[in-house]
Amino acid sequence: MKKALIASVSMAALLVPAGAMAQDTVKFGILVALEGAFAEGGADGVRNVELAIEQAGGMAGGKTIEYVVAPTDTTPDTTVRQARKLIEQDGVDIILGPLSGSEGIAMRDYAKTIPEKTVINGISGALETTWVDPAENFFRFNLDGAQWGAGLGSYVVEEKGWTKVATVAADYSFGYTNFLGFAVDFCRSGGEIVERFWVPLGSSDFGGVIAALPDDVDAIYLGVGGTDAINFLNQYSQAGAETNLIGGTIMADQTVLTSRGRAKEALIGTPTSGALAEDNPDPAWQEYVKAYQDAFPEDERFPSPSLFGVGYYVAALAAIDALNEIDGDLSDGQEKFRAALADDPLDTPLGPVSLNENRQASGTVFINEVQEDGAGGLKNVMVGKAENVNQTLGMSMEDFRAMGLPSRDTPDCAALADAG
Amino acid sequence: MALAERPRPGVQPLWIERIPAAWWALALILLTMPAWANNFILFQVMGWTFILGMIALSLMFLAGYGGMVSLIQMSVAAMAGYMMAIFGNSGMGDISMGLPWWLYLPIAIVIAAIFGTIVGALAVRTEGIYTIMITLAIAAAFFYFTRQNYTIFNGYSGFNLVVPPELFGVDWRQPMPFYYLTLGCAVICYAVVVYVSRAPFGLALQGVRDNPRRMAALGFNVTAHRIAAYTFASVIAAIGGILLVWQNAQIAPGTAGIPAVIDILVIAVVGGISRPIGPFIGALIYVLLRTFSPDVLLAFGLSGERFKLLIGLGFLAVVFFSPDGVLGLWERWKSRRDRRRDPLTGADE
Repeated sequence: MKKALIASVSMAALLVPAGAMAQDTVKFGILVALEGAFAEGGADGVRNVELAIEQAGGMAGGKTIEYVVAPTDTTPDTTVRQARKLIEQDGVDIILGPLSGSEGIAMRDYAKTIPEKTVINGISGALETTWVDPAENFFRFNLDGAQWGAGLGSYVVEEKGWTKVATVAADYSFGYTNFLGFAVDFCRSGGEIVERFWVPLGSSDFGGVIAALPDDVDAIYLGVGGTDAINFLNQYSQAGAETNLIGGTIMADQTVLTSRGRAKEALIGTPTSGALAEDNPDPAWQEYVKAYQDAFPEDERFPSPSLFGVGYYVAALAAIDALNEIDGDLSDGQEKFRAALADDPLDTPLGPVSLNENRQASGTVFINEVQEDGAGGLKNVMVGKAENVNQTLGMSMEDFRAMGLPSRDTPDCAALADAG
Repeated sequence: MALAERPRPGVQPLWIERIPAAWWALALILLTMPAWANNFILFQVMGWTFILGMIALSLMFLAGYGGMVSLIQMSVAAMAGYMMAIFGNSGMGDISMGLPWWLYLPIAIVIAAIFGTIVGALAVRTEGIYTIMITLAIAAAFFYFTRQNYTIFNGYSGFNLVVPPELFGVDWRQPMPFYYLTLGCAVICYAVVVYVSRAPFGLALQGVRDNPRRMAALGFNVTAHRIAAYTFASVIAAIGGILLVWQNAQIAPGTAGIPAVIDILVIAVVGGISRPIGPFIGALIYVLLRTFSPDVLLAFGLSGERFKLLIGLGFLAVVFFSPDGVLGLWERWKSRRDRRRDPLTGADE
């Protein structure tokens, strides 16, 4: 009791000068999806920003951090609306967010109308956000959808010896972008894509596609996620399930691995690639996971931080780090703050991240493989990583631009193989 | 459903004297608002209120005067927005045609009106819940079609950087000009709806609503009246849709997703569908709840992510205490006050 009293008195003593500086605050706006399919992930994003602020002692650059949460429903309309509220009504200095691809593109355009403020992307992964006509004050410290696919292609060629694949991927922008990352790497390593199938988002009948899959391939690339993935695996295993599988970034996530039924067993041995590996031995990652687990009671968090959570954590980390560097000086239309964000590599739980001239991160992609966890379930095991994956996937800016934006027919595999 | 307008007895005074004092006060508040409200209130809260009010007004016209609850109005609005992005300018240079504004605006409104008319022609053959179902089905189909069609509607990401033309040297996306633009459009739409409701067409439509068989016997073409009502409502929704796209500077399939479609119905019902002012009241309530409910929750120390609960409770309260919306509350209050008068002489007791 006495101890607590002393502690609280000394805390109060510590807080008094802070209270005197209370006008000196920096305000974060957390723009995050709290409705719809990503609501759970979005809530994890908010938790992680709280964690980052708490770890920084609630201070950055000598200023107290305040934050406002602006919930979106993943539609770009709502996102822009909420962003406007953050800037105009709540008067935030820095926006952390958004979460999903089309929101990111909308925020890129909105950012251009608020040149005095700064937007740090949460976890949205559309390539276009920082590639096509990027905004000066939009920073992205996570990799984009194409980068998440990189490293997997060379891994399957070199480690597995699979050089001939057919692909089945979701027919929308993330499907194209994530596939592009895999295909660029795969084709340049000497792989050949025999046939591409595109399936609409939310389809339940894959019978036609499965019947049309060629027999003489080494593996099938699957760029679908969630319930689509479960449906595909069910129908695929009923049809025989003979070929190896390669998974896109959202293929082997927890929804699929924890689904009921035996169909998911077709996934055993399937390599996937993505932004994180849960069993990453890197001490920075282990420390972060522990901090996350300690900070929140077990029923209010995921077993380990989700992809969305890590994204928002890194964004908050970047903001706090840059604010410390410039002593919280946000004058001059945040000129100094932006320079501090852009300059040196940031140490994150996912390894060092540096920004290029489009303010897009280069960093590490993790290769995971689905294995049995010994208790009847499945888990992802890290089998490799590709470091320093940049926005153009190792190509020159001109070559990458010449290849075109991700679509059903881009990239052209044969052309890449010739060039590589 | 109560008759929308009641004829007033007695000698008709000059039209300007007939405008109640409350209307003058409202006009004064709305016109002087830029002097005392901040940009956020002007652009975001009021601008959005007028836009949603217009789209809900088109539903109110169909439901209140025509007895047809249509869920297609948001899709019609989005159709106009899409057409404007396609025929006008946007960030998607290879789809947008870049026509001048005096060409793309009429084209957008006409195409949206045609779309609304076709849906109307399908829907008028049904009654009640089946009208709701068929329009909801078409709205859902429109959403999925725009999401998966890349050649015309640019699929998942839609169109960005769709901004109003700089007419008369004014940037219409600045808060004050945009406020007056939406206010002006809303007032015009409101006035037109009030006028049409008293014109022969509107009266015939109300007749069709109350007794279609008798109207048919009187020689009115019931189906044609209903379809024409859809066309008229589509034009109002289209204007709202164009303003909505200008406000957001972009349009994507989510603009007319199922939640947005339902929201329009909620706005109209909460405001009240017996009079054209109802949708605007409903829209104001909706926008205020939508914008400020996370702050309210946080102010009480609750978690902001439960903001939908507050919105839902707000709507539930309105519908529970007054099944005919906020307007119903007002009318009940007025009739209770009137009851205190002597029914014969009209003198206060």
